[in-house]
Formats: sequence, C-alpha cells, structure tokens
Amino acid sequence: MIALNDISKTFNPGKANEVNALGSVNLQIAEGEYVIIVGANGSGKSTLLNVISGSILPSEGTVIIDSNDVTKLPEHQRSKWIARIFQNPLLGTAADLSIIDNFRLAALRTQTKSLTIGKTTEFKNKVRDRIATLNMGLENKLEQPIGTLSGGQRQALTLLMSVMDNCKILLLDEPTAALDPRSAANILRIADDIIKQFKLTAVMVTHNLKDAVNYGSRMIQMDEGNILKDITGTEKSTLKQTDVFEWFG
Amino acid sequence: MEFYLTAILQGFCFAGIAFGIYISMKIFNIPDITTDGSYTLGGAVTGVMLTHHQPGYLIFLSVLLAGAVAGALTGLIHTKLKINALLAGILVMTALYSVNLTILGRSNVPLLSVANLFFALSSIPDGVSKSLLIVVVFIAMIMLIIGYILKTDFGIAMRATGNSEPMIRALGVNTDRMKITGLAMANALTALSGYLMAQQQGYADINMGIGSVIIGLGSVIIAETIINWLQITSVWLNLLLVLTGAIVFQLVLAFTLSIGVDANLLKLVTALFVLIIVGIPRLIRREI
Repeated sequence: MIALNDISKTFNPGKANEVNALGSVNLQIAEGEYVIIVGANGSGKSTLLNVISGSILPSEGTVIIDSNDVTKLPEHQRSKWIARIFQNPLLGTAADLSIIDNFRLAALRTQTKSLTIGKTTEFKNKVRDRIATLNMGLENKLEQPIGTLSGGQRQALTLLMSVMDNCKILLLDEPTAALDPRSAANILRIADDIIKQFKLTAVMVTHNLKDAVNYGSRMIQMDEGNILKDITGTEKSTLKQTDVFEWFG
Repeated sequence: MEFYLTAILQGFCFAGIAFGIYISMKIFNIPDITTDGSYTLGGAVTGVMLTHHQPGYLIFLSVLLAGAVAGALTGLIHTKLKINALLAGILVMTALYSVNLTILGRSNVPLLSVANLFFALSSIPDGVSKSLLIVVVFIAMIMLIIGYILKTDFGIAMRATGNSEPMIRALGVNTDRMKITGLAMANALTALSGYLMAQQQGYADINMGIGSVIIGLGSVIIAETIINWLQITSVWLNLLLVLTGAIVFQLVLAFTLSIGVDANLLKLVTALFVLIIVGIPRLIRREI
C-alpha cells in the first residue's frame, strides 16, 4: 500500500543549520498493516509521517501509494487516499464551524467542493447515527461549533470524520499527546475499531511505549533518521513493554 | 429626516465593502486593504461606461470582473510569492490609483446627465425613498447570493480555509486557490459598492476610495461585537448584521455631522469611532 524507496530529507541544505532528518529510508507497508513508529525526539519519525502525507517533500527517493508514484504530489492531492489525525486536536477540525459542517467537508475529502448545498436531512441523519456510536452524547449538538468541545471529543470526531469518505490510509501523529489518560485510552480504542472496521492501513507515531506495545501489527524504531528496529507478526504480538524500554536504554 | 434617510441609503451602498471585508477578514482571516483601490475601480469603470452609454447589465458585470481581477492579483501576490497580505494589498491598491486615473481620464467624471440604475422604475417619483427602494432590492439580491454560496459545500470549504488551514489541506482543498477566489469575491463586492456610490452621488472621483477600508472594517466590527455577544452562528444572521453594521456606521457619521462637527474632521471622527468600537469590548473584558 505504501512504499518509501531510498527516502532522504535534508532541511536547510548547505547552511549552518543543516539537518539530516532522514537518511535513505526504505519501508514497505502492506495493505491492512497497522504500523507504530517509536523513537526519540529528532529521530525523524514525524518527518517520515509527513513524507507519506505529502506535507514534506523528500530531498531524494520515491514515495509510492497504492501503486501510484506520488513523490511530487502535494498534500491536498494525496488526500484521496490519506486521512490524517494531528497531535493537536485543534488542527484536525475547523473550530468555528459546526460539527455538521466539519463532517460535510470530511465527507468530501476526495471530491470537489461544489456550489451545491450538500447538508441535506439525509446527510445529517447519517452523521447523527455515526456520532451516536461514540456514546459521548454529541449526536444532538450537530449545529454547535466544534471548538466548544473538549480535546478528547474533538479528536474522537476527527477519527470518525476520517472515514466519512473513501479512505485507505490513516496517519496518526501522536494523536493522544494532548489528552488526559482516560480520553487518550478512549481515542486509541476508537482508532483501533475504525482501522479494523474499515480495513485501513494505518501508521501511528507515538511516544507512549505502552500504547506502542498494545496496538498495531508492526512496530518500527527510528533513530537519527534511520530505521533501527522493525518487528512484526508474533514477535510484535508477544512483545513486552519492558523489552521496548531496553531499546531506549 | 431625509438627512438620516440619505445616511441609510449610503449605508446600503457601502454594504458591498462591508460584505467584502467580512469575507476577507472574518472568513479568510486575511487583512486585505486592496479595498481603497478596488472601490474606486468600481466607481471608475461605472463612470466611464455610463458616459459611453453602455447597457446596465454590461456595466454591472464589468465592475464585478474588474474588482475580482484586482482581488485575485492581491491573492496571487500573497499566496504564490508568499508576501504578507497587508503588503500585497498595499501594492495592488497603489498600482490601482494609476489604473483608475487612466480609466477615468481625469480626476472627476460627473454622471448627473446620464441615466443610471437610480433612474429605473420611472413610475415612482425620484427622491431618496425611491433610491432607497432600489438599493434595498439590489443589496437583498447580493446578500441572497453570498448567503447561498456560503451555505454550499464550496462555502463550507471557504469558511474552513480561514479557520484551520492544515485541516482543510488534509481534506483535499487547494488553499492557495481558495484564498485567491475569496479575495476576488471580496473585491468584486467592494467594487460593487463603488458602482452604487458613483451612481448615487452622481460622479466618479479618483479620491472616492480614500478611507473606504475603514468603513468596511467599522461595519464588520460593529457586526462582530453583536455576533460574539449573542453567539450567532447562522450565516444569514451574520450577513444581516454586517449590513446593519454598515448602516449604523453611516448613521453615526451623519449624527456627528448634524451636531455641528466640521466635515473636514469626518475622517478623524471615523477613525475615532472605529477605535471606540474596537476598544470598548476589550476594556470591558479586562475589567472582568
């Protein structure tokens, strides 16, 4: 589903503040895999995620998504495959817009936003039913500006929004870093459900080693712009938190 | 009475600027001051086409197009060259002064002898109330169109662009193109104010646009104060309040003139008035 071939990324090349964020990374992610990326700050894991999403273009190498070479495609043109959850719950939604407006846009992620009114009663009912599955009591607040909700509620809605339209890949950039432990656990469970239900290929960057062990079908450790460890299958499912602590030791 | 009716009439004429600033500042979060130039541009195009006896619909469309081109230029400079929006607006506004002067041919073109929009409905006797009727119908139609656009899927994407750019880009919207379109719309509306004003005053003047951006800002800020206070989310009410803001603004100016303030001080009064409506809510909030 995703292939990164010899990807390198250098910020500010030739200047005093030159940074080699990624050095020749090769990574193949199969359809349906749920990859967790861990690594210290500055190890390049966020850059890797941004290279997949297209918000950063690589200095060298090619990015293949669903058998298409998307190396040069800007972020908004990759949105037909990719949905993104940001670390900051505020970034994934438009605060001043109502819940229903946010969902309407999400439902059109891969389509043109035309000069017709798409917020029909039918659409509203569909959104209401989906939101009801969260059990947060938000289904009757469709006209409320989404900015009035808590970070956890917004992040949960963002997850639902990602599957309002055709979606193959879900990128999660530390989705729970700004949330309290309870909301964080809730969000990861919702994400896991959605990934399974809609058979998504997912990549999550996280600092939380417990989550990294509990979720995902594959785990990658990044260090100084390179992939240090890559474990999958039963090795991943039997991995213990204490083992991962030693990686960082 | 007629004095205040004229103020209301002017308020309706300035509604275009107010809607324009509402779109650029409130919806897109871009401080666009192309306004002074595109307002005069609307007046200039109207003046020259009227004196050349062009059909009304053609004048209307040309004004919209001219304003849109001016706004799109500001948008292009801002998004493609990554130049600060304020500077981009100043550049286009400055350039427009020469363009407007070239279009007009001289600094002032009188339009009293040529038939225009306000000569329509010949069965009703001329006067302020007739002019008022015409602008009310005109602005109501414009408001319906803007309201409809903002309600559509495209309109939601517009509103989201100024609100959360990373989100809307991740949702497949080319934000550069969106901003250029938005600024084009805003300045087309501003030019429409120039179109109405030139016909209502009976002349197009190279200096008619000086300070017009503050009229738009003032109107929108009056509206915003009420919108925030009552937490209004309806698109229609928002637009209606912006229109009300434009009218209130003109009424306040008319009032200051009527109590004997020197007309030469009008711009100073305007600036002070805007300062007061911006400042007071902040002062009150600080006390809490």
